[in-house]
Amino acid sequence: MQTLNCTNKADSSFYSHFKMKISYLLNAAILIIFCCASSSCKRQEEVLTSLQKEDTQIATSAFATNVKMQEIKGGYYKPFYSSDSDALIKVEPFLMDERPVTNAEFLAFVKANPQWKRSAIKRIYADTTYLHNWVSDTALPKNALPNAPVTYVSWFAAKAYATAVGKRLPTLDEWEFVAMADETSINARNKKTYSNNILNLYLIKNRQYNAVKLSTPNYWGIYNMFDLVWEWTDDFNSVLINGESRSGDYNDKNLVCAGSATSATDVLNYAAFMRYGFRSSLKANYTISNLGFRCANSISNKTK
Amino acid sequence: MSNKLIIPCLIVALVFGACTNNSDSSQNSSKQSAADMVAEGKPEVAEITAAPKVPAPIGNRPPKKLIVNLETTEIEAVIADSLKYTFWTFNNTVPGSFIRVREGDEVELHLKNAANSVMPHDIDLHAVNGPGGGAAATFTAPGKESVFTFKAINPGLYVYHCAAAPVPMHIANGMYGLILVEPAGGLKKVDREYYIMQGEFYTKTKSAGLLEFNNDKGNAENPDYVLFNGKKGSLLGANTLEAKVGETIRLFIGNGGPNLTSSFHVIGEIFDNVYVEGGTTVNHNVQTTVIPAGGSAIVEFKVNVPGEYVLVDHSIFRAFNKGAIGKIKVTGDANPKLYKQGGF
Repeated sequence: MQTLNCTNKADSSFYSHFKMKISYLLNAAILIIFCCASSSCKRQEEVLTSLQKEDTQIATSAFATNVKMQEIKGGYYKPFYSSDSDALIKVEPFLMDERPVTNAEFLAFVKANPQWKRSAIKRIYADTTYLHNWVSDTALPKNALPNAPVTYVSWFAAKAYATAVGKRLPTLDEWEFVAMADETSINARNKKTYSNNILNLYLIKNRQYNAVKLSTPNYWGIYNMFDLVWEWTDDFNSVLINGESRSGDYNDKNLVCAGSATSATDVLNYAAFMRYGFRSSLKANYTISNLGFRCANSISNKTK
Repeated sequence: MSNKLIIPCLIVALVFGACTNNSDSSQNSSKQSAADMVAEGKPEVAEITAAPKVPAPIGNRPPKKLIVNLETTEIEAVIADSLKYTFWTFNNTVPGSFIRVREGDEVELHLKNAANSVMPHDIDLHAVNGPGGGAAATFTAPGKESVFTFKAINPGLYVYHCAAAPVPMHIANGMYGLILVEPAGGLKKVDREYYIMQGEFYTKTKSAGLLEFNNDKGNAENPDYVLFNGKKGSLLGANTLEAKVGETIRLFIGNGGPNLTSSFHVIGEIFDNVYVEGGTTVNHNVQTTVIPAGGSAIVEFKVNVPGEYVLVDHSIFRAFNKGAIGKIKVTGDANPKLYKQGGF
């Protein structure tokens, strides 16, 4: 583990060691869930070992990205789904990429980390459509813009990429906190046009093929929250809208509630319904034509 | 009160009670027996059809294992005149494909979500006994496929629809269809069968010639279009339904909603039989039948006189101002005994 070849994480203090351990435990837990779900528990140990190996082998210095990160000051926000309509969630200050990860960046990552090539990927980390529109392991899709967001990437792949650049995926709360902003205000949820404008963007097909940063940034200087791709969050499945999306009660996790009017804080915010609905349909190894990601980081990890 | 009255009263009460008990137990036992029916043989892919066509009647066949393939798509198609709308569909049509099974059939339903879909989708079939009518087992991300299996045990005509969040939007965009569960032995043979589904659309202009969903109008229950089979004129002009004098027509009618209850009427006809709410009770000599959102009816009528018969939602502004109008053209010899111009 100490061989993490990661310039951004060169300060491998005891604390960050400890954090890595926790992340392994989390990975292990996820794997156990996955293995059991796919009833291949025999292979669990083997896969776990390989995951650890792959994690430690992620190369970070071999490629560079020039994405700007914006500082999000943080604050309180009311989650779209909450067990208590008055419950506010505190979002600590953090850094967020100003745009989604692009095709060119992911290509560089794959070249530097061949275990994430399409031909080398393990099914447990990405399903059969992983990068399937690429011409080859190391060639982008025909006619694809290098600066369009990368799609057909799994949560595992997104996480590995984030690790490789010394960052992490944003949490759902962080992402949704930023998503409350329009061009001029931190929280535009009460503006009549806010949800409708996003809804209009969501209904546009094939928008994932457009280049990043062509639209107007929001209050935080963040681009493309709604107009290009759905985005993975670190805990994308922490709020599940049931396939049966109308039951209006909470599942075992208590965090989780259904997509009904009784548990949503703003029943006319169809854009939010769609976002939460989309996330709930995902599994961590899914790769989808209009699903990408961007990275985030904690302020304490700020390196520049 | 004299004693004379008490005895007849008792008799009435007994007979009534017996009848009620009888129908209850017959209902239960038929449900029980349908659940116990064995579907034999290899699974077959079910014939499914786009409106206004319906698949062949089940006739006298035993229960089967059937595979039903549905694909959820998001497409632009004409809604009225030269205007297009962004529909969300089952199998690229509004309403979605008609599914026809019999009680005791086992259905393996494959729900594929097109790779270029923006949204996840699922399916709730009102014919299913189980969580979400299948929705809980079929929540499907773009490019993925879900499979679930159910046994049809309640005969009737049922709506199916998408139940993914936000549910009203998925239904308002056209994600509904009908599944018919015929009783053992099948429905009585008729000359013509058609599939019609009403639904209303709440729109705003997206770009020149293209409309899309408007959730403010949906929330206000104020539609721009109330349509049969998802398109203005879907049962008019070249698409007019046809029949001959003397034939019996059966219409399988559903109402996808999302909001409005239909007052379904055929101008110039009386329904000989109405399977009320798509269930087992048959009413006779009905002028207008109510079809709730998320509900259905089967109507049967014999056409005796040639001419054009107009199908409407008799909440009549919807017919003449919002599009809920269609036609059946009946050809054949005049029948002056029943209808003629002029006096005796």
